[in-house]
Amino acid sequence: MTTGVDGGPGREAGPLNHGVKERSNQDRARSLRARGLSISVVALVVLGTIFSIFAALGSEFNFIGWFCLALPLGMLALVYARRAEERVVDVDGPAADEQRSRQARRLAVTGITLASIYTFILLVWSSWSGFVDVANTFFSWENISSSFPLVLEGFKLNIAVFIVAEFCVLIWALVVVVMRQLPGRAAAPLRWLAIIYVDVFRGLPAIVTIYLVVFGLPLTDLPIISDIENVNFVVWGIQIDQLFILGVIALTLVYGAYVAEVYRSGIESVHWSQSAAARGLGLSEGQTLRHVVMPQAVRRVIPPLMNDFIGLQKDTALLNVAGVLEGFNVARIYAGNNFNLSSVMGLGICFLVITIPMTRLTDYLVKRDQNRMQANS
Amino acid sequence: MALVEVRGVVKKFGDTTVLDGIDFDVEEHQVVCLIGASGSGKSTLLRCINGLEATQEGTVTVVGRKVIQDDIKLNRLRRDVGIVFQAYNLFPHMTVLENVMLAPVKVLHLSKSEAKTRARELLARIGMADKADEYPDRLSGGQQQRVAIVRALAMQPKLMLLDEITSALDPELVNEVLLMMIELAEQGMTMVVATHEMGFARDVAHKVCFLHSGRIIEEGHPKKIFTTPTHERTSEFLRRTLESGQM
Repeated sequence: MTTGVDGGPGREAGPLNHGVKERSNQDRARSLRARGLSISVVALVVLGTIFSIFAALGSEFNFIGWFCLALPLGMLALVYARRAEERVVDVDGPAADEQRSRQARRLAVTGITLASIYTFILLVWSSWSGFVDVANTFFSWENISSSFPLVLEGFKLNIAVFIVAEFCVLIWALVVVVMRQLPGRAAAPLRWLAIIYVDVFRGLPAIVTIYLVVFGLPLTDLPIISDIENVNFVVWGIQIDQLFILGVIALTLVYGAYVAEVYRSGIESVHWSQSAAARGLGLSEGQTLRHVVMPQAVRRVIPPLMNDFIGLQKDTALLNVAGVLEGFNVARIYAGNNFNLSSVMGLGICFLVITIPMTRLTDYLVKRDQNRMQANS
Repeated sequence: MALVEVRGVVKKFGDTTVLDGIDFDVEEHQVVCLIGASGSGKSTLLRCINGLEATQEGTVTVVGRKVIQDDIKLNRLRRDVGIVFQAYNLFPHMTVLENVMLAPVKVLHLSKSEAKTRARELLARIGMADKADEYPDRLSGGQQQRVAIVRALAMQPKLMLLDEITSALDPELVNEVLLMMIELAEQGMTMVVATHEMGFARDVAHKVCFLHSGRIIEEGHPKKIFTTPTHERTSEFLRRTLESGQM
C-alpha cells in the first residue's frame, strides 16, 4: 500500500490493491450518507422552527413532538458520521471523505443542540400558565419573605442538631469501626456486634429509627435515657430538651452506620505495607491504627464523608415527625395556614446556603492538603 | 550466642511452601547477604526474623528472644530489629522529621525534643538536614530510602534487616543508598541484607547465603561463593546475573 513513506499519509488508495479501492468506495458512500443524515436533521429543526413560529401566531398546533423526534435522529447522525470518519482515517483514505464526515458530525451536533433548546423553550411555552401556578405556590416572594424569620428561627434548631450529631457521628463511627477491626479470637463478639449494628441501622429507613428512638427509648427504663426527661436549658437561644437529645441520638445511630462503613473503606484502602512498616518499627496494633493508618484513611474518605454529612443535615428535617419544631415543621405549619408552599422553599434555600459553601470549603482544604504533601505542585 | 538463630523454619502460604527448612546464624557485627532469584524466599525469611510473618515450623531466636506470634512480645522484639523495605514505605502524611521521630516517641517514650535532636542528628549525617520538613513524596527515591534507613536507625536497633532496598531505585540513585549501607557495615552494624547487588555482597558481606526455592543451598564467605561455587544452581544464578550486568 502506498501510505506515506515521504511523511504524509497517502491519500490515494493503492491502484494495485483492489480490496483497498473497494473499501475506499464504501467509505465515500458512508460519508455521503452521514452528511445526508446530518443535513436532514438540521433541516427538520429549521423547518420545525418556521412552522412553530406560524403555529404560535395562529393555530394551537405545537411542535414538541417534532423536535423530540429530531433529537434521537441527531444522535444517530452523530454516531454514524463519527464511524464514517474513523473508517476513512483508519485507511488514510481521501481527505475529501474525511472532511465530509467531519462536517456531518458538526452539523449533527448543531442539530442536536438546537433541537434540545427548542424542545425546552416549547415545553415551557406550551405549559406557561402551569409554570405561573408553580411560581405562585412555591416562589411567591411575599410568602417567602413573610415566613422567613419564623423558618430561620426553626432552622437554627436544624443547625444545632446537625452540628452536635455530626460531632457524635464522627466519634461513634470511629468506635464502631475500631470494634470491627479488633484482632484476635477474644474480640469476636465485639466484631459481631459492630457488624450487626451497621447492617441493621444502615438498612432501616431513617424515619423508622427516629420513631423507634424518640418514642421507644423513653418507654425503656435505661438509666441515663429515662433521666433526660427533665433536661431543659437554653444555649445560644437553642432549647435543649429531651426531644433534642433523642433526635441527636437517632440521627447519630443512622449516620454512624454509614460513616463507619466509610471509615472502613478508608482503612482498607491504606496499603498493608504501611502497617508493616509501622509494626516493623515496633509500634503496636493500636498505635499503628492511630498514627499511621487512620490519618491516611480519613484524608481519603473526606469526599464520601461530606456526602453523609450533607445527608445528615438534610435529614434533620425528618425530626418533624417527632414534633420537633425545626425549620421544616415551622415552614409546614406556615404553609398549612396560608395555603402556600413558598415557606418550604425558604427553608430549602437555608439548606443550600449551608451545604454548598461547606462542600466548596472542604474541596479547597483537601486540595491544599494534597498539594502540601505531593510533588510537582 | 549468635544474634540471630534460625532453626528449621518452614513457611507456607496456603499450599505453596515458601521457606522449606531454613537454618542459619548471624553473629554480632556480621553482614549477611541473602542472594537468589525472585521468589526464592529472601524477603519472607527477613519478615520471619522480625515476626511480620508467622512460621509454621521451626524456631527463630533474635537477640536472645524467641520470635512467637504474640503482639506484646513482638513489639518488644521489634525495638531491637530495624527493617527497611524495597518500597521505602515512608508515612506520606508525615514530614521526614515526623517519620523519623514517630517510633522513638511512641515506642521508646523519648521526649519530643530528645527525639527531634536525635532525628536531626541522623538526618544531618546523611546530608538531609534541610529536607527535615519536607513530605516524603517530594523527595527522590534515593532520598526516601535513605530516610527510611534513618527512621529504622533512630530506634538504635541491634540488628538491621534490609529487604532489597535498592531494587526500586533508578540506577543513578542506587549508589547513594549502597554507600550508606557500606558505611553502616563499617560502623559494625549487624545486618541481614536481601539483595540483587552482587557487588555489595562480594565486597561488603561477611557471609553470603544462596537461596533457591525456600532452601539455603549454599552459604559461606563471599570470596568462596563468587569464585568457586560448589552447587550447580549457584554458579548458574551467578552466571546469569553476571550476564545481565548486575555485578
